[in-house]
Amino acid sequence: MMKKVLTVSSALLMSTVPALARGPDDNTLVVNGEIEMVTKTEAPAHLDGVLPEIISGWHYRSEETQQLQSDDFENPSMIFVDDAEEAWNTVEGSSGNSCASCHEDAAESMVGVSATYPKWNEEAGQVYTLQNQVNACRTERMGAEPWAYDAGPALNMEALIASHSRGMPVNVAIDGPAAETWEQGREIYYTRYGQLELACSNCHENNNGNHIRADHLSQGHINGFPTYRLRNAALIGTQSRFRGCIRDTRAETFATGSPELVALELYVRSRGNGLSVEGPAVRN
Amino acid sequence: MTTVVRPRVRVPGSASAGDAVTIKTLISHKMESGQRKDSDGNIIPRSIINRFTCDFNGENVIDVTLEPAISTNPYFEFEATVPESGEFQFTWYDDDGSVYEDTKSITVE
Repeated sequence: MMKKVLTVSSALLMSTVPALARGPDDNTLVVNGEIEMVTKTEAPAHLDGVLPEIISGWHYRSEETQQLQSDDFENPSMIFVDDAEEAWNTVEGSSGNSCASCHEDAAESMVGVSATYPKWNEEAGQVYTLQNQVNACRTERMGAEPWAYDAGPALNMEALIASHSRGMPVNVAIDGPAAETWEQGREIYYTRYGQLELACSNCHENNNGNHIRADHLSQGHINGFPTYRLRNAALIGTQSRFRGCIRDTRAETFATGSPELVALELYVRSRGNGLSVEGPAVRN
Repeated sequence: MTTVVRPRVRVPGSASAGDAVTIKTLISHKMESGQRKDSDGNIIPRSIINRFTCDFNGENVIDVTLEPAISTNPYFEFEATVPESGEFQFTWYDDDGSVYEDTKSITVE
């Protein structure tokens, strides 16, 4: 489905042929004229000899798409963040609490939170994604029903929380108790799946910057998730995106929220350690 | 998908007389085209914003007819010349009869 933001003033420009995309460009991302994003930086230590530099997926998109992310008014994700703000202040469940009852103003309490997820949860004895943590709050503190994984309300909330970490470097822990899950994620990353026998690394490590048919391959970082995808006209979650990739290898995919995809999310997130949190970003 | 219909408008707070100011508007709306079918094969009824207008101090600035092919969450960006201080009035008309309104004032220095 073709998705294009219609602007009256630029309607005449629409017939302009876009330049053929090649490798990552050298543009600079500043959001709302104030949040300066680190979109290219030195690879984290665990990627030594694998990638010389880590590059945000933002650099692989067209100028028009890039621009949408530089202003919250034009970033369609913000519609969903607005919805989440309402949910933040809405009392749900048996204990009469909303998110705000404990965490008060998200713009203060949620700063930096998204940058460290997924992370080890001592109580649960497993690695939690941000959505796992939100659901733990809902079920344990609010007495409310958990949200379905990567479904609308959960994604909206993840986007709201991520938006308050924008510009801060992704910094997930890969050692200590999370190490085992991280290793599992790494193994999945390098495992060839499906009839096409493709591992994540085949596209995003060996061929980023190239095209796979019509798609321009990035390094596959998830610092911009949840992301508004123009082709879906909706927010898309990290694990749903993983499923899309795995499906395209013609494999049976893992379920969203499954231990495999949580492990993969931790690993892929750690490959972007050092890039700014961009979520909710805009991609095509 | 978002379900809440919420208009959003950005207008500069001030301008010089006779200046053309850039106005951006966005309304969250599903813009169901009426061409699609649900899983049972029944047509999903059309439900779109069919008209958008902007007035400045009672004078019309723009009046747009929207058709079903326009995407979800329609966004408009246009310029308006402001001769004096006043108020922009924005109105969206929904197929279901709802009317959504927003206003923004601008001061001319």
